[in-house]
Amino acid sequence: MSKFKKKKGGELPAISTASLPDIVFMLLFFFMVATVMRQNTLKIQNNLPSADQVEKLDKKDLVMYIYAGKPSQRYQSTFGQEARIQLGDKFADVKDIKAFIEAERASKREELVPFLTTALKVDGETNMGLISDIKQELRQVNALKINYTTKKGDVFRNMN
Amino acid sequence: MAKRSAPEVNAGSMADIAFLLLIFFLVTTTIETDSGISRKLPPIEDVEDPPIIKQKNIFTVVVNRNDQLLVEDDLMELKDLRAAAVAFLDNGGGQGEEACDYCKGKRDASSSDNPDKAIISLQNDRFTSYNAYISVQNELVAAYNELRNREAERLFGMKFTEMEALAKDGSSYSGNRDRLKENIERVKLMYPQKLSEAEPKK
Repeated sequence: MSKFKKKKGGELPAISTASLPDIVFMLLFFFMVATVMRQNTLKIQNNLPSADQVEKLDKKDLVMYIYAGKPSQRYQSTFGQEARIQLGDKFADVKDIKAFIEAERASKREELVPFLTTALKVDGETNMGLISDIKQELRQVNALKINYTTKKGDVFRNMN
Repeated sequence: MAKRSAPEVNAGSMADIAFLLLIFFLVTTTIETDSGISRKLPPIEDVEDPPIIKQKNIFTVVVNRNDQLLVEDDLMELKDLRAAAVAFLDNGGGQGEEACDYCKGKRDASSSDNPDKAIISLQNDRFTSYNAYISVQNELVAAYNELRNREAERLFGMKFTEMEALAKDGSSYSGNRDRLKENIERVKLMYPQKLSEAEPKK
């Protein structure tokens, strides 16, 4: 019996997976930091148009989102094919916008209210009539700062 | 007797736990788009007697229900809109007090007097698609940005859009911020964004 056993030649040593958790953790932390939890579940189709002259909306907490578009496939049986507005988690009517804006304003600190921006996330296929109605409502509650949220890209992709 | 060392905790399943979390975050991540075209809506107020604007100072853009463009009563393709808007804004056809010394346009007497007077009027139908509307908005904003960039580069050696980006996230900017804001205002005044939107036709 020898103290030093000769290794049997030819076999490759197993690759150490000890650092695998470290790598996975690194990825995990990246995604944890980069994740923005969706506030609202979209119930509409929301294929935003593209534009290239865009500005960034910096303060996320000072943005009110208004969604509009055709109801998603599974809601079409109840809500039809016409483009609709979604406020928060629910389908809404044009006349609900005022109350929504007021509620949003009430939830913010008073000195921040003038900086509130309304972001319109509207599906590209929507008719302008609905958007004009939304804008009219916003003008009536004096929420004048708006932002048409778009994808970054060439405008000529919109027209086809 | 030698001290017994504490038994090592088996860390083999740590990778599994981490993977589980990783997959959860991968699935829930949505890269949110939070950029777009910023506009300001006009406040509702009754103007007693609206100021009289000369027809030559208005650049009318109409988008119909088939998403076709009618610019100054002529049919136009979207790709030509930006150049047409730039030509109109930069025309500088005014005389005397209304002259525009930094305009590089044709100085056509039948087009706008100076950028301060020039108004772009946008009208759309209720059945215009949002895609077309955004495209037109984008091209018009691009026309303004093009002119502002040109003047900002001439005066301050920097693009207007870059100046605005710097003013917004100031942390990376080492120069004088008040000065930067002043410069931005100055360029904005040279080409003020006068984009009027008419109520859509029924």
